[in-house]
Amino acid sequence: MVTLIDGSEASLRKYLAALPGVDKVGADQRAAMLSTRSIKTTSKSWAIDMAIRMVDLTTLEGADTAGKVRAICAKAVHPDPTDFSVPSVGAVCVYNDLVKIARESLNLNGGSHIPVAAVTTAFPSGRASLKVKIQDTQDALHDGATEIDMVIDRGAFLSGKFGLVFDEIIAIKEVCGNRAQLKVILETGELTTYDNVRKASFIAMLAGADFIKTSTGKVSPAATPPVVLVMLEAVRDYYLQTGMRIGVKAAGGIRTTKDAIKQLVLVNEVAGPEWLNPHLFRIGASALLNDLLMQRMKAASGFYSGSNYVTLD
Amino acid sequence: MSRIDIKKTYKLFIGGQFPRSESGRSYEIKGANGKFIANPALASRKDLRDSVTSAKSALSGWSSATAFNRGQILYRIAEIMEGRRDQFVTEIIALEGGSAKVANTQVEQAIDLWVWYAGWCDKISTIAGATNPIAGPYYNFTTPEELGVVGIIADQKDSLLGLVAAIAPVVATGNTAVVIASEKRPLPAITLSEALATSDLPAGVLNILTGKVSELAPWLASHMEIDGLDISGVDPKIESELRIAGAENLKRIHRFNKSQSPQRMLAFMEAKTVWHPIGV
Amino acid sequence: MDKNPFEYAPAPESRALVSIKGQYGLFINGAWVEPKTKDKFSTINPANEEVLSKISQASDSDVDRAVKAARAAYLKTWSKMPGKERGKYLFRIARIMQERAREFAVLETLDNGKPIRESRDVDVPLAAAHFFYHAGWADKLDHAGLGINPKPHGVVGQIIPWNFPLLMLAWKIAPALATGNTVVLKPAETTSLTALLFAEVCQQAELPAGVVNIITGDGATGAALVNHPGIDKIAFTGSTEVGKLIARSIAISGKSATLELGGKAANIVFEDAPIDEAVEGIVNGIFFNQGHVCCAGSRLIVQENIYDDLLVKLKRRMSLIRVGDPLDKNTDLGAINSAAQLAKIKELSASGDTEGAFRWSPDCQLPSKGFWFAPTIFTGVTQSHRIAREEIFGPVLSVLTFRTPQEAIEKANNTPYGLSAGIWSEKGSRILWASKALKAGVIWANTFNKFDPASPFGGYKESGWGREGGRHGLAPYLKGAK
Repeated sequence: MVTLIDGSEASLRKYLAALPGVDKVGADQRAAMLSTRSIKTTSKSWAIDMAIRMVDLTTLEGADTAGKVRAICAKAVHPDPTDFSVPSVGAVCVYNDLVKIARESLNLNGGSHIPVAAVTTAFPSGRASLKVKIQDTQDALHDGATEIDMVIDRGAFLSGKFGLVFDEIIAIKEVCGNRAQLKVILETGELTTYDNVRKASFIAMLAGADFIKTSTGKVSPAATPPVVLVMLEAVRDYYLQTGMRIGVKAAGGIRTTKDAIKQLVLVNEVAGPEWLNPHLFRIGASALLNDLLMQRMKAASGFYSGSNYVTLD
Repeated sequence: MSRIDIKKTYKLFIGGQFPRSESGRSYEIKGANGKFIANPALASRKDLRDSVTSAKSALSGWSSATAFNRGQILYRIAEIMEGRRDQFVTEIIALEGGSAKVANTQVEQAIDLWVWYAGWCDKISTIAGATNPIAGPYYNFTTPEELGVVGIIADQKDSLLGLVAAIAPVVATGNTAVVIASEKRPLPAITLSEALATSDLPAGVLNILTGKVSELAPWLASHMEIDGLDISGVDPKIESELRIAGAENLKRIHRFNKSQSPQRMLAFMEAKTVWHPIGV
Repeated sequence: MDKNPFEYAPAPESRALVSIKGQYGLFINGAWVEPKTKDKFSTINPANEEVLSKISQASDSDVDRAVKAARAAYLKTWSKMPGKERGKYLFRIARIMQERAREFAVLETLDNGKPIRESRDVDVPLAAAHFFYHAGWADKLDHAGLGINPKPHGVVGQIIPWNFPLLMLAWKIAPALATGNTVVLKPAETTSLTALLFAEVCQQAELPAGVVNIITGDGATGAALVNHPGIDKIAFTGSTEVGKLIARSIAISGKSATLELGGKAANIVFEDAPIDEAVEGIVNGIFFNQGHVCCAGSRLIVQENIYDDLLVKLKRRMSLIRVGDPLDKNTDLGAINSAAQLAKIKELSASGDTEGAFRWSPDCQLPSKGFWFAPTIFTGVTQSHRIAREEIFGPVLSVLTFRTPQEAIEKANNTPYGLSAGIWSEKGSRILWASKALKAGVIWANTFNKFDPASPFGGYKESGWGREGGRHGLAPYLKGAK
């Protein structure tokens, strides 16, 4: 394995300072151009199924209950109860106190292959002590989470304490060990600039993230195409430097099949087709799944489906 | 016994120096009364070539001088001409004939023209530039810049005013020039170069040749290092010949009829438009 | 990975909304007329060599008819019409072009070979925008800083190239009409169809007969137009070679002219460039419109210390360029416009090989019919190579390097051309320094190949005379401005 930095804050700062800048207008235009790609017929059908497999089916509300979690777990295993050819989603994503219920519920529905992802580290704000963040993560792992979606300390990042951000990720990565893969949420809507998104992406990757994730879903804008573009460029460049492929999770604001396919086009043309895989790209979403299902029905039947023909959970 | 006058030798002005023609040639100038006045240098195409070389090498310095600085220097030229008024008047009367009053007026107008263009140096870009409201996230502005090296065939009649009307606007905007003086009335041009030489104008910005227009102009028009041509002093009969020669490097070729106009500056400027994204 | 599972299925734009006539006449004095000689030539789709239609070859006497019609229209109606009313016709034209935008885009792609994405998203909307922009000038010329009550020349002869047929038509006709001139326009021989469709737009807009006349034909027709004594002003976009011929021709006739000619633009990438956007800018700079762009960034001048990294990224990006059916909405690089142009590109590229530069192209399957050239870069190019000096006008990029900023500028300016240049750097003062030092009419800093009707366009040195667009673009069409 190639080590890009020696772990000291000085070496981290040096590495980040050498990253090229991102020109916002240019990045926006590249993303806009790629969103004009017209995906038809066979490639559209392939993309819909791939998008379903990439969905981290998510419920992250204060009002979440065991019932709500059981419902999405059932849907995660068989998104369309009338059509078992529809693949299962990539994961189910819940708060850590509901991990146990999610794990049991998935197993009960024949979804033992589907991982449970837990948001931890005082999600979504991340405003807690490291001790609490570690405990939060340990709880989730204890209850059966095999994916941890942590948030970075945006306050520390924005005040230039890159070392703090870096060390915290390392600490959580240590907790995860080989029991869970770590997704690091940058909350790009609070970082505001693409230069910051690029820097934060590299901090996360250098600290050992398995995935870098755009957003909590609680802040807007979230997974806009140019933000995902910048993050895909980061994982591509990291691969060129280290030979390691880091995943990207786009979360927040992806509601339609069209949005999802635009994301897949970005993946295909920015990071490369190797990333067209649920192990390397995920979409954090809830409403998206139904739209994917309706589009899938349209592709199969030739006519447009309606909201009463997909399940509402 | 009255004192014997010291007569002046009229030479070329190239790269801030006053050489004779490399060809060794000179030609006779007669006054309005038909009497011999002087034997100025009869410039050759090699003198012209040397002039172009010095104009080209002076270009980057002069064009990158601040507009304020150029304005100061142009004004300085007016100051020095003012101190030599009598000399210009005497030469104009001798060459063109006419009254002292008429000659005086020409000299005054010529001096005032330098002052007028001195004031233009730091204003022409404001007047002729633009910020362009384009449909997109870009800052976009257009600014006029110097064209480069300009060849000037000055007015043949008004030996001083016609010359200043051609050279002042060209150098005001940062160009450098090679000038062919009035063929039959070249003396004020040489006296002007003496003023230029003591005016802080960098060497080579203006190079002034005396000689035959019909011999020199075609070389000027065909020289590939020259970017623009003021043919105001050219006989219309050879104009198309010069334009055809100038087409080889697409020289900007102009003839003017006004001595005092911003167009005389703009004709030898190029509009440059710069785009830059606006984004954080 | 062997095969990309997400290979995009064909997504062709429908041809159904375009109807191409079997043959076309000339549009003179508001009506379709047959050429005197009855000569016609074929226009083909360069993507598959399909014959699209027969186009009229206008002879000297046809040119004469068109010029006379334009003169009559100028004297009788157009010169007497207030600017406010002239402007309304331009607004009408802009609106009709917007309404028929998709039709124009498909037709342009069929006739020219450029990708539908570009004709749809760039050429046609920009063409309509040019009419919209200039419409607003028609009654404000007194305020343009170009003299008081400036006067038009009269009849303008306009000759446009094949790379942006409709857009160049708009660049020419819109300012000419706004300033009160009437027009005889000749489109390029290989790309007449959108100009002929534009004639229909003039009819729908009820533009007075003779204000716009469209005559088709080859170089002989163009020469007849340039040399016609009834033409007051010439506006030409095309090669520097032909531009010089025109300059010589008008040296005798005394007509005024604007010339938009060739280029060999430097695209300079400094070490502190926003590298991913720079790569996009390089690709857009040379592969936009198959490199058939006079301001194309055909010389990449890159700082030596980032050369290796940049090349890796550039080659990777080039391998994503989708070459093929121009009507496919996902095509990035379309067909070369003609067999003759393809031959020229091949000849110059071959000189790159023989002069010792290294050619590289991504793997791409070129269609068997039609005229195609893969996106290509040459590395190891020096200033003395032909491919660093001559305009290739195709998808071929020459890569050079520099060590210091001064060297970059020296290399960039070391050409008789001076149309455009690119600068990539995150340092503001460096950008402004370089944009001052570069001898080119259009400088794109951290972007490339951007156009707008409000932005003056045109070249230094042998890239031409005058500007098109913006306030500056009005001056060449007005007499008072000189």
